[in-house]
Amino acid sequence: MTHRDHTTSTLAVEAAGLVKAFGDFRAVDGVDLEVRQGEIFGVLGPNGAGKTTMLRMLATLLPIDAGRARIFGVDVAADAHRVRQLIGVTGQYASVDEDLTATENLWLFGRLQGLRSADARATARRLLDQFGLQDAADRPLSQFSGGMRRRLDLAASLITRPPLIFLDEPTTGLDPRTRGQMWDTIRGLVGEGCTVLLTTQYLDEADQLADRIAVIDHGRKVAEGTPDALKESVGESTLQLGLAPGADDALARDVVRRVVGAEPTLTPESRRMNVPLDDAERAADVLIGLRQAGVPIASVSVAKPTLDEVFLALTGHDTGGPAEPPADDDAPLLEVAR
Amino acid sequence: MSTLTVDPAAAVAQTRPYAGVAETVEQTLAMAWRALKKMRRNPEQFFDVTIQPLLFTAMFAYIFGGAISGSVEAYLPLMIPGIVAQTVLTTCMATGVQLREDMDKGVFDRFKSLPMARVAPLAGPMVADVVRYLIAASLTFLTGIAMGYRPDGGVLGVLGAVLLAIFAGWSLAWAFTWIGTIARTARSVQGFSMALLFPLTFLSNAFVPVETLPGWLQTFVKINPVSHLVSATRDLANHAAVSAEVGWTVLAGLAVMAVFAPLAVRGYRRSL
Repeated sequence: MTHRDHTTSTLAVEAAGLVKAFGDFRAVDGVDLEVRQGEIFGVLGPNGAGKTTMLRMLATLLPIDAGRARIFGVDVAADAHRVRQLIGVTGQYASVDEDLTATENLWLFGRLQGLRSADARATARRLLDQFGLQDAADRPLSQFSGGMRRRLDLAASLITRPPLIFLDEPTTGLDPRTRGQMWDTIRGLVGEGCTVLLTTQYLDEADQLADRIAVIDHGRKVAEGTPDALKESVGESTLQLGLAPGADDALARDVVRRVVGAEPTLTPESRRMNVPLDDAERAADVLIGLRQAGVPIASVSVAKPTLDEVFLALTGHDTGGPAEPPADDDAPLLEVAR
Repeated sequence: MSTLTVDPAAAVAQTRPYAGVAETVEQTLAMAWRALKKMRRNPEQFFDVTIQPLLFTAMFAYIFGGAISGSVEAYLPLMIPGIVAQTVLTTCMATGVQLREDMDKGVFDRFKSLPMARVAPLAGPMVADVVRYLIAASLTFLTGIAMGYRPDGGVLGVLGAVLLAIFAGWSLAWAFTWIGTIARTARSVQGFSMALLFPLTFLSNAFVPVETLPGWLQTFVKINPVSHLVSATRDLANHAAVSAEVGWTVLAGLAVMAVFAPLAVRGYRRSL
C-alpha cells in the first residue's frame, strides 16, 4: 500500500520467490518475475510446468503460499481488490457465461465493474464490433466456435481497459488463421499501452509475440531472455541432410566441421546428418562445400528449433509429452536450399 | 479500438481498496439479473417449486386428513402451513446445490478476477430466488384453497404467512449457500442438505399435532425452529395473529443469517 511511486519505471509485474504447493507437490517453486510496462512477456513451458498456477496467483485467483508479488506496485496478497481493478484475465477455458448471449455477457461484466447500464451496452457493442462478433451478438454461446468464444473472452477482459492483461494459452486449440488474428489483437493491445503477460506451450508463439520470455519447468524458471537469445542457446536452426548411398560419412563430417565449425550429429543407420546452424544462411555454405568435396546428397531440409529442442538444451530432458505444435510450426524453413 | 492509450499510473491512482455499499448492491442486483435470465432459459428449475406444492398438498391431505383430523377439510388448516414451510425449506436447499454447480463453471473465474464484493455472487442468486419462494408459497395456499381450505386470517393473514415463509426460506438459504461454498460437488451438497432437512421438517409439528408424539420427541419438536415457523404461519394464515411465534421465527431467521452469511462469504473467498 505504501508503494505509490508510479513513475514509468514501476514494473507491471514484480514477483519474488513465488511458491504454490498442493500437498507435497510444489506446482510453482520459487519463481522470480519482472515484467516491464508496455511489453509482451511470454511464459513458456510444457503442460503441467506451473504456468497457469503462477498466472492464477498473480491474478488473485489463487492464494500465494510464499514469496510476494506486486502489480504496478500494488501488493497482490494485501490489496487484491485494487489489483483486480488493474488486470484483465483471459483463462485457458473461456470464462464466459454459457447461458447468456455475447451481448448479455459483456453487459453483465460491465455492470459488475461499475458501468451504467447504457454505458455497459455501448461498450459491449463496441467490443463486439472490434472483435468481429457483431453478427453473433445475440446468439446463445452454445452456437459459438472455439475461436469466437476465445475472442469474446478476451473482449470481456478489456471492458474497463485494464493496463495489464493476463492471457493463459490464448491460442491453444485454435486453427492457424484464428491464431494469426489473435496475435494481431494482442499486438494491438500493447500498441495502446497495455502490458501483456501470456503463457504458451509454443516457442513459435512466444517468438512471434513476446519481447521477453521466461521458460518454466517443474515450477521453476530455467531460462529468461529475448526469443533470439533463447533460440541461440540451441542454435538458430538445424540443417537436416540425407546422405545418398555411397556417400563418404567421414568426408561429409570433415566438410561440415570446416564450414560451420560445429560437430554434426550422424545417424549412420538412416544415413542422416543434422547440422546445428547459428544462421540459416550457412546452409548454403554447407551444401556448396559438400558438392565441391563430391559428397552426394539425397535430401535437404532446414528446421527451426522446436520447444522440445529448447527444453532439451535448457533442462536436459524433453517436455515429457507431445506439445502438439500447430500445423505449420514443424514445416521446414526451406525445403531445398538454393 | 479507440485511440485512448492506457495509463497505468492513473489507473493505480483510481483504484479503490474495497467495494462500497452502493457498489455491492449494484453488483448483487446484476448477479440477480443473471440468475433470473438463467431461470427463464432453464424452466425445469421451476419443477420443484411447482410440482411439490401441488403433489404434496393433495397427497398428504387425502392420506393423513382422515386419520389425523377426522376429515380432509379439518386437516387443511393444520397441514397447509406445514407444507408451506416444507416447500420453502426444500426450495432453499436448491440454492446451495445450484451455487455449487455454478461455481464449477469457468465464468466464476471471471467473477473472482473482477473487483467485486465477495458477497454479490452469493446474494445475487438469492435475491432472484425470492421468485421461487413466492411461487412455492403461493401455489401451496392456492392448492389448499382449491381443495376447500378457507383461511380465517383473510387476505392479509395469508399474505403475512407467505411473506414470513419467504423470509424464513431466504435466511435459511444462507446456510445452504455456505454448504455450497465448502462442499466439493453439487451431489454432496444435495445429499447433505437432504439429510439435514428431512428430519427437521418431519420431526416438527408440520403434519401432526405435537401431543400425539412420545415425550422425548416432543422436546425436540418444540425446540425445532421449523415448528416455530409452522406455528407462526398457522397463526398468521388462520388467525391473522402476529404472535410470539412470528417473533421467534423472525429472530431465528436473523440469527441464521448473522451466522451463515459471513461463513458463506468466507467459504467463497477460500474456494478461490
